[in-house]
Amino acid sequence: MPGSKEIRTKIKSVQNTRKITKAMEMVAASKMRKAQDRMRMARPYAEKIRNVASHISHANPEYRHPFLVARDSVKRVGIIVITTDKGLCGGLNTNILRMALNQIKAWEAEGEEIEVCTIGNKGLGFMQRLGAKIESQVTGLGDQPQMEKLIGAVKVMLDGYTTDRFDRLMIFYTKFINTMKQEPVMEQLLPLSGDALGAPEGSWDYIYEPDAKLVLDQVLTRYVESLIYQAVAENMASEQSARMVAMKAASDNAGNVIDELTLIYNKSRQASITKELSEIVGGAAAV
Amino acid sequence: MAEAVHTLHVDVVSAEEQIYSGEAEFVVLPGEAGELGIYPRHTPLITRIKPGAVRIKVPNQAEEEFVFVAGGVLEVQPKVVTVLADTAIRGKDLDEAKAVEALKQAEEAKKNAQGKQEVAVVEAELAMLAAQIAAARKLRGRR
Repeated sequence: MPGSKEIRTKIKSVQNTRKITKAMEMVAASKMRKAQDRMRMARPYAEKIRNVASHISHANPEYRHPFLVARDSVKRVGIIVITTDKGLCGGLNTNILRMALNQIKAWEAEGEEIEVCTIGNKGLGFMQRLGAKIESQVTGLGDQPQMEKLIGAVKVMLDGYTTDRFDRLMIFYTKFINTMKQEPVMEQLLPLSGDALGAPEGSWDYIYEPDAKLVLDQVLTRYVESLIYQAVAENMASEQSARMVAMKAASDNAGNVIDELTLIYNKSRQASITKELSEIVGGAAAV
Repeated sequence: MAEAVHTLHVDVVSAEEQIYSGEAEFVVLPGEAGELGIYPRHTPLITRIKPGAVRIKVPNQAEEEFVFVAGGVLEVQPKVVTVLADTAIRGKDLDEAKAVEALKQAEEAKKNAQGKQEVAVVEAELAMLAAQIAAARKLRGRR
C-alpha cells in the first residue's frame, strides 16, 4: 500500500494537469468559433472566382490554359500537405499524414516521383523524417490564415506544374465537417477538371482587357490559390475543434483519475486508523 | 422595375473576407488600362485592376463609399459588378521573390533536419533513461 502522502501529491499533480487541459479546451473553443467564421468568409470569393473561371474557360475554347489540360502520362506528382503547427489536437495530423504516406507508397510502387510542399510544422517534420523531396514549406501561420504567407510556397508548386516538373498536383488536408467530425481528404488541384469548374449559368461574351489569355491566366492562378487558402482555413477550423475535443477528453480522464486516487487515499487512511486503533486496544489488553 | 435598372449590385470580395456588398448607382474602379466608371447596364467586361481605391456611389447617400483594393480581377455584368480583390499587393517580381524565399526556407529546413534528427535521438534516449529511473524507483519502493 503506497503512503498517503504520495497519493496526495499525485492527486495534486493530476489536478494541476486538469486545470491546464481545461484552460486549453476553453481557448480552443473560442478560437474554433473564429476559425469557422474565417472559413465561411472565404466562401463568397471561392464561389465567385469559380463562376468567372468557368465562364472564361467556356467562352474561350481556342486558348487552353495549361491548368486545364490533362496530361496523358503521369510520371511525377506534386503534393501539398496541410497540417497544424502545434500538437495536442488528437489524431488530426496522424490521420492526414497516414493517408498521405499510404498514397505516397502507392505512387512510388507505380514508379512515380513525388515532390512535396508542406504547410504546417508537423507535416514538415514528418516529411523530413521520411526523406521526401521537399520543394517548399510554410510554417508558423498562426491562428489566422494569410494569403500573403502562402503565396511563395504555392507559387513554387504552380510553377513546378507549368514547367512540367510534375504532371499532377494533389492536396491533402483535413476537411471540417462539424465540431465532432473532421475528415482527412485528398483532392486534385491540377489539372483542373471541367467538373470542378462546372458549366456556367448562361453564357455571354465578355470584353477582355487587356486580352483573354492574360485575364484567364490570372483568374485561374487566383482560383487555385483560393482553393489552397480554403483548405488551410478548413484545416485550422478542424485543428481547433479537434483540440477542443481532445482536451475535453483529457479533462474528463483527469477527473476519473482523481476520483480513483481519492478513493485509494481514503481507503489507506482508514486502514491506517484501524491499524492504530487495534494497536492501542492490543496494547491496553497487554497491560 | 424602373429602380432595378438604375442600380447595380456591387460585391467586393477577397480570399480572406467579404469586403463590401450592396447596391450602387455608379462605381469607379482602377482598371489596368485606366480608371473605369461603370453605370448599370454596362456591357459584360473582365479586366485586371491595379491597386487603388474603388469608389461606390450608393443611392440616397451623399457620400461615396471607398474601398481600397490591392489589385485583382473585375467582372462586370449588366446588373452586377464583382471585384475579386487580392489580399496582398501582387506583382510578378514580388511573387517571384516570395517563391525564391520559400525555396530558400525549404533548403534551410533540409539542413536543419540533420540537427533536428540528432535532437530527436537524444530526446528518445533521455526518455528511455527517465523511464528506467522511474522503474528502478518503483522496484526500490516495493522492497
